[in-house]
Amino acid sequence: MFRPRIIPVLLLRDRVLVKSIGFKDHRYIGDPINAVRIFNDLKADELIFLDIEASKNDRLVSLDFVKDVGEEARMPFGVGGGIRSIQDIKAITNAGAEKVVINTCAGQNPDFIRHAAETFGSTTIVVCIDVKKKLFGGQRIWVLNGRVPTKFAPVDFAKLMEENGAGELIVQSVERDGTMQGYDVELIRSVSSAVSIPVIALGGAGTCEHFGDAYRNGRASALAAGSLFVYQNKKRGVLINYPDKNERMVESF
Amino acid sequence: MTLSSKVLIVDYGTGNLNSIKRILDRSKIHSIISSQAKDVLSADKIILPGVGHFGKAMANLKQLDLVGALNEVVMIRRKPVLGVCLGMQLMALRSQEGDADGLGWLDAETVRFDISDRQRYKVPHVGWNQVSIKKNSSLMSGVQDLSEFYFAHSYYLRMNDPSDVLNETTYETTFTSAIEKDNIFGVQYHPEKSHDVGVRLITNFAAI
Repeated sequence: MFRPRIIPVLLLRDRVLVKSIGFKDHRYIGDPINAVRIFNDLKADELIFLDIEASKNDRLVSLDFVKDVGEEARMPFGVGGGIRSIQDIKAITNAGAEKVVINTCAGQNPDFIRHAAETFGSTTIVVCIDVKKKLFGGQRIWVLNGRVPTKFAPVDFAKLMEENGAGELIVQSVERDGTMQGYDVELIRSVSSAVSIPVIALGGAGTCEHFGDAYRNGRASALAAGSLFVYQNKKRGVLINYPDKNERMVESF
Repeated sequence: MTLSSKVLIVDYGTGNLNSIKRILDRSKIHSIISSQAKDVLSADKIILPGVGHFGKAMANLKQLDLVGALNEVVMIRRKPVLGVCLGMQLMALRSQEGDADGLGWLDAETVRFDISDRQRYKVPHVGWNQVSIKKNSSLMSGVQDLSEFYFAHSYYLRMNDPSDVLNETTYETTFTSAIEKDNIFGVQYHPEKSHDVGVRLITNFAAI
């Protein structure tokens, strides 16, 4: 039986893991390669690594880092951070990643996703849609780690990305990031209902019940989280953790 | 297996081959990655990986002048071959993807998922799903029925001969997720990304 994936999303800064709240207040978590080893032992479904400062600093996520993850990871993984060219994607997949995650370049140049999907196939291309409310008006897509708004509304942008050949969409609520109070299920549902490619819910998961909410009510195909997998509980003591085999079954959340 | 036994991983310009090689290395199985016809011809076993577009992949194989060597090793010398994901699909007669001809080793076509409930069953089919084992096979030795493997695909093989079906998987519709016909093996899923059970399958292949 098919079941939704449960995906730790690990944020990188200078090759160390950090975790944010609302894309701010980054706290040191630990060594990413050590985390990969732990997630191997816990048999995690998939991992996503995002270098949150790459685009801002106009550089690509470290390829040595991607190679190091590839050496260890016994599960599929995706990598994002500063991807702007076909060459960047080639370098990251050659270094060992199954997928690339693109945010800034997708928002600034939606046609890039078309070229990328035509070159590498849709299953390689994941678009990360960061959603935040504008001061006046509705929700918009933001780029550059939540610093810069685009003109796109979430559903319109999601449809455009599907049309351009993206294989999956990560739908992330910036406001919910790190809160552990639950996903923006309404946002996830609105996007998921509008496209026929998989939607990965991200931003706000604090319990396994939140997974059930995003899966059943949000119609997400996969459930991603940061804090939940790097903190022991809501007091935020660092402890890499992951649901066991039974807890991952849909019936349990 | 003799010391000289050699697994060749065919590099025809699609995606990451190192994860398969790494698993073979760790199991002390000699393998090389190559895009040269002479290496294909001297191999004891072939792994044909692949991610991406069917039409482009076939074009790459032709451009690298590998089709003749692959046909020779697989269809005449009958060496074991394992196709992974797109690598298995290429063994079909044809694909809807790019409306292209395949290698023609299997009486099969590659077709796109035709889903009714598009809210629940998104395409591509990405994630972990169970495989049911339809016949005895040394490839599946030690692999439990209904084990989970990792999938990422929009197309699958529609087999004309049911006796070639090795695994089936259900994603709204039930499709062929692995095949075995004589020396020809193929898996739609990614054993190289499927934890211990995937390692088992790859080492099983190397031991055939």
